[in-house]
Amino acid sequence: MSLALKELRRRPGRFGVATVILTLIAILLMFLGGLLDGLTAGNTGAIRAQQADLIVYSATSQDSLVRSRIDPPERRQVEQVKGVDSVSELGSVQLGARIEGKGPRDLVPVVLFGYESASTGLPTTPTKPGEAWADDSLESEGVETGDILKIGPERSPVKVIGFVNDTRYTGQSTLWASMETWRKVQNENRSDARVAPGVSQALVVQAASGANANDLAISVDRATNDQTSSLTEDEAISALPGVESQQRVFNQIIGLTVLIAIIVVALFFALITVERIGLYGVLKALGARSGSLFAGVLLQAVIVTLIASVIGAIAALAMAAVIPPGSIPFIATGSRIAGSAFFLLLAAVIGCAFSLRRVLKVDPAQAMGAGQ
Amino acid sequence: MTETSPENDGSGATGTAAQANTPALEMEGVRKVYEVADEEVVALDHAELIVGSNEIIALVGPSGSGKTTLCSIAGGILSPTEGKVIVGGNDISGYSAKQLTEFRRDSVGFVFQTVNLIPFLTARENLLVVDEISGRDRKRANKRADQLLEELGLADRAGNLPSQLSGGQKQRVAIGRSLMNEPSLVLFDEPTSALDTKLGDQMVELIREEMKSRGTAAIIVTHDERITGYADRTVHITDGRLEA
Repeated sequence: MSLALKELRRRPGRFGVATVILTLIAILLMFLGGLLDGLTAGNTGAIRAQQADLIVYSATSQDSLVRSRIDPPERRQVEQVKGVDSVSELGSVQLGARIEGKGPRDLVPVVLFGYESASTGLPTTPTKPGEAWADDSLESEGVETGDILKIGPERSPVKVIGFVNDTRYTGQSTLWASMETWRKVQNENRSDARVAPGVSQALVVQAASGANANDLAISVDRATNDQTSSLTEDEAISALPGVESQQRVFNQIIGLTVLIAIIVVALFFALITVERIGLYGVLKALGARSGSLFAGVLLQAVIVTLIASVIGAIAALAMAAVIPPGSIPFIATGSRIAGSAFFLLLAAVIGCAFSLRRVLKVDPAQAMGAGQ
Repeated sequence: MTETSPENDGSGATGTAAQANTPALEMEGVRKVYEVADEEVVALDHAELIVGSNEIIALVGPSGSGKTTLCSIAGGILSPTEGKVIVGGNDISGYSAKQLTEFRRDSVGFVFQTVNLIPFLTARENLLVVDEISGRDRKRANKRADQLLEELGLADRAGNLPSQLSGGQKQRVAIGRSLMNEPSLVLFDEPTSALDTKLGDQMVELIREEMKSRGTAAIIVTHDERITGYADRTVHITDGRLEA
């Protein structure tokens, strides 16, 4: 198919418009994807950091941390379920934080978590009361190790002892402290929702090796007489407010963008094919098969799309590098870029298919004389 | 002309072996009818034509007389409605579209009226285009292309694009292209229509030289009576009927 390649190389101008439009589409696609990934990461970091097999909420909580309460007896029931390896507590409270050196009304919304055991997603629990790890998104707010944040209306002091990565929750920065610190901050600032010692919002369950998380969820809820609602980590992430609808909306926009790519490729290569009808007539008269002519069209579309994807990928990576942390939730992941490129290539192939009939229909007879 | 053609088309694939005495083209009772808006238009009727293995025939007739149709049928571009077409000993009248494509690729040469070189390929690449498409032996094709360019006086133009060539040079490239597959029959569609008288004469002379030196048969479609002087025989066609 060096004929198609030679045309690409010697008449690049011919494919310029298509390349530019497809490049813009590639950038749009990768930007939308990166934005979705960034938003999702910012919403779900805290749950993902647990690296849990199950998150156990109370039955009446509608799978929301704020509404959920787990009492010590329930915890003991869960611990005794066969297949449960370890159980630890989780609590959260959403408050405004005052940062040193900033004005008294300049509040940063944070979620302070209390947690019990370190998963690989989180360092060991701060032992001293009033100490916490901070999500590194707070760094862009000017927070440094050793700073003391004043949390909530009661200005409960929390000292930052270091930073953790990718632990944001519902788009907000997080602080990670012991369960004791959480209860203290919760009770000081939320007199309407005090928690007694030993009470948590949810349980983080690690399953024993070999145990199926879905089956385990059923056994846990049965053991607590359906006083709990156990979700796998993926289910817990989907249950977070807004996550699912956000993904649905973005995926619809991404789907529409791919559709536009299909239309662009279809129109452009249909146009090129129409322009080439004379040429195809000659080539067919000389003994070229329709299949190899169409393969040439396909090859050109794939190469143009690859070029567009590479430029799009570079743009996405550049964007990820340039955007200051904390401003736009954008991340460029390899899988997102590869996925976008794959969908674009698919669009190119589908778009080209619309020209197949036209290539097949070209009559070699038109190469001879006036043709009939 | 005597009837020496093999009576069957079965496994006569070894046509090249006995090419010396096999006519390049035999047409028996060939009829071609087009359907135009529910009306039958007879483009070619009861055409009988035998072209010897190294004969050059001028096919002369006014436009619309059916000469292009005859050429297209002889070259396997069109299938006849009725009749028998035997090219180089192979009966192609019953060929499928796929078989015809292969036949055109391997057995006939075409020089089209509007030259039709591929604009983004050099003269040399235009000769190689068919081999590139069919994936034939590259080395041999390259050698043959160089040799043909040399013969046609285009050696120093091998790397030029068609836009950098004169009308006569383009025509010569097209002749070179038609000879790449070592055909037994070459079909020329109005080869001089785009050239002035002097160049036209040179061109036909060149065609004769190239055909005779190879022992290749040719049909030259034209309405230029001057060409007939270079042909071995002139066949006239009017309203789809041949007159020797």
